[in-house]
Amino acid sequence: MMTQYLFAGFGGQGILFAGKLLAYKGLTEEKNVSWLPSYGPEMRGGTANCSVIISDDPVGAPIVLNPDVLIAMNLPSLDKYEDDVVPGGTIIVDSSLIEREVKRTDVKVVYIPATKMASDNGLDGLANMIICGKLMEMAGEYNEETIEKALAKCISARHADLLEYNRKALKMGKEF
Amino acid sequence: MADKVLMKGNEAIAEAAIIAGCRHYFGYPITPQTEIAAYMAKQMPKIGGTFLQAESEIAAINMVYGVSSAGKRVMTSSSSPGISLKGEGISYLAGADLPALIVNAQRGGPGLGGIQPSQSDYFQATRGGGHGDYHLIVLTPASVQEMAELTIKGFELADKYRMPAMILADGTIGQMMEPVSFDFEVAPQIEKPWATTGTKMERKHNIVNSLYLDPATLEVKNIERYERYKIVEENETMYEEYMADDADIVLAAFGIAARVAKSAVNEARKQGIKAGLIRPITVWPFPKAPFKKAVEHCKAIISVELSMGQMIEDVKLASEMKVPVTLTSRVGGMIPTPNQILEDIKKAAEGGR
Amino acid sequence: MVVFEKPKALTDVPFHYCPGCTHGIVHRLVAEVIDELGIEGKTIGIAPVGCSVMAYDYFTCDMIEAAHGRAPAVATGVKRADPENHIVFTYQGDGDLASIGMAETVHAAARNENITIIFINNAIYGMTGGQMAPTSLPGQVTQTSPYGRNTDLCGWPIKVCELLSELDGPEYLERVTVNSVAHVRQAKRAIKKAFQNQIDNKGFSLIEVLSSCPTNWGMTPEKALKWIDDAMIPYYPLGVYKDRSAQKKEA
Repeated sequence: MMTQYLFAGFGGQGILFAGKLLAYKGLTEEKNVSWLPSYGPEMRGGTANCSVIISDDPVGAPIVLNPDVLIAMNLPSLDKYEDDVVPGGTIIVDSSLIEREVKRTDVKVVYIPATKMASDNGLDGLANMIICGKLMEMAGEYNEETIEKALAKCISARHADLLEYNRKALKMGKEF
Repeated sequence: MADKVLMKGNEAIAEAAIIAGCRHYFGYPITPQTEIAAYMAKQMPKIGGTFLQAESEIAAINMVYGVSSAGKRVMTSSSSPGISLKGEGISYLAGADLPALIVNAQRGGPGLGGIQPSQSDYFQATRGGGHGDYHLIVLTPASVQEMAELTIKGFELADKYRMPAMILADGTIGQMMEPVSFDFEVAPQIEKPWATTGTKMERKHNIVNSLYLDPATLEVKNIERYERYKIVEENETMYEEYMADDADIVLAAFGIAARVAKSAVNEARKQGIKAGLIRPITVWPFPKAPFKKAVEHCKAIISVELSMGQMIEDVKLASEMKVPVTLTSRVGGMIPTPNQILEDIKKAAEGGR
Repeated sequence: MVVFEKPKALTDVPFHYCPGCTHGIVHRLVAEVIDELGIEGKTIGIAPVGCSVMAYDYFTCDMIEAAHGRAPAVATGVKRADPENHIVFTYQGDGDLASIGMAETVHAAARNENITIIFINNAIYGMTGGQMAPTSLPGQVTQTSPYGRNTDLCGWPIKVCELLSELDGPEYLERVTVNSVAHVRQAKRAIKKAFQNQIDNKGFSLIEVLSSCPTNWGMTPEKALKWIDDAMIPYYPLGVYKDRSAQKKEA
């Protein structure tokens, strides 16, 4: 079993962080994982994306070209990657930032107004975690124990005050 | 099992260097390897080490030359254009028989090129890169774990054979995060009686030098160095074979290309084609033996590279061209897909190329 | 009775320098200073490309030969490898220090790297046979300025002490020469101070020594020494260009 994720959006939306949480969760569950960011000038203000692979077997190529799951957090990302998703795959759309609908008919689509949900609940900047929560729930992998361990790895002790917000956002996504 | 952490390949190199006892790092900013410098800048002051951002790549490699002369483990890191600048210093390190670790997180070239991953510095790395007859020990990690392990190995081999070692990585392996464990043994550092650390009035002065104006002396120096290289070739060649034993089609690939190639091999096997992979881990010394063995049973070899075809020359030499050797590649920062490789495997299996 | 002796910090290897070249005098001064300060056992010298490239044969302390222009970077490495126990000096010519190695020079000074630099300014490339140096004087005839240095074409000489004195970094900068007994004595005082500064952890000291190159200047040794007085010193005035500790005391 191997799942390839592509997280895509603007720099500053926590795209890389979301991927990292998922990767750490996989690691905690003793899976093989890889996380590969886009890098370079496009990171500043432009699009950001990262490839995450969670697999039972060792990970081969770490670059996700045809994701099983695409997380699109802005319109350019959906435009760019929609056609790359494998048939039968999943596209998660932040519908507070993307007005159009997904054109593909052979994939599962989830519209979640994550950015709006975040700001309505005093969780600005945590739309990424709301989507992560949804993502894990959909895969039947919302495991509080491993999520907690992954959060501890991703959020340094210095920022421990942020833990509770992240938990809340993940839960909100799960319950959406 | 020791606790594994998720870490970028570049950071794993830096952490492993510290574990290896390296306390001096000199570098100059260039994408995509800056995480190494950033990690060192943060960690070195905490452990009494030296991190110094040099005024240039040229200065950085010469600072490395200085610390190495004084007998301490030292490293620098850069990416392709920066390695070209270091070429002079690397030649001097080789000429003065000084150990050091140099990391090249390759990016597309030539010239300023791009910042995306590449393997087009293969010739530069394996043929020396600077002027004169010399080699570096060139290690090519294909995972974050290997970034760490080969860094330690690089320091050990460099000290043992008194020659510079290079980690020939690329932007992808440098930037990606994978689980890595730092639970490994590090051999105690060997004595360096040749180092210029001050005579303490107890011995004749040591000289670190690459200048020999007498041609006969310089010839002897070169021949002696190549005798040492021969021992390195005999003892330190490393490679991995993956389903190569019975393969009809053998892929040759290192680093990031080898990972994509492995995915292609798995897919080919699923489709009933006997594909396999030979992954050189040292590209100097180049592993000739597995190719000699492979040509006894395989129909073709495909060199998979992120270059216009550089390692393929070594593959042709090692296989003595007993079977057709072809190239599958992407360049300029592009990476071949498993499908692209699979298509070429199929063509080769049908003998239709 | 005073008996003239060879400094202990010099080996028995005969210098290869041309007759009348002042490298020999400066080597001797450096060796005398090393003897007097009792630092031979912890001193590491660095001589990059230039006439003095084989200085490793002449000094009894540990020696490193470095790439052209890179000695300050190499010295940075050696010093930082063991700051408590290494006394590090470089011995560089004008082409090396002020042309190909200018970046390394300026940045080592800016970092106030705790090293000592002996800078031989003889206004010419000696080792390669007399080409124009960054310090060759306006109008000076060399192999690569056969009609005299044309400043419209190839710019003006670089005054290293003046240039570096604008930096906040360096501890000590002095220009001396060795063309007379009085000047040799002053040069030795300067060189000694430059080493003492390092021992006292004060930082970067550079002593620029106006030197002669009779062979490539096409002069007799005697005339060459006079040319330093007549042509070089007016362009490159002797003196202390920076002494941070003294400035601090005054302030």
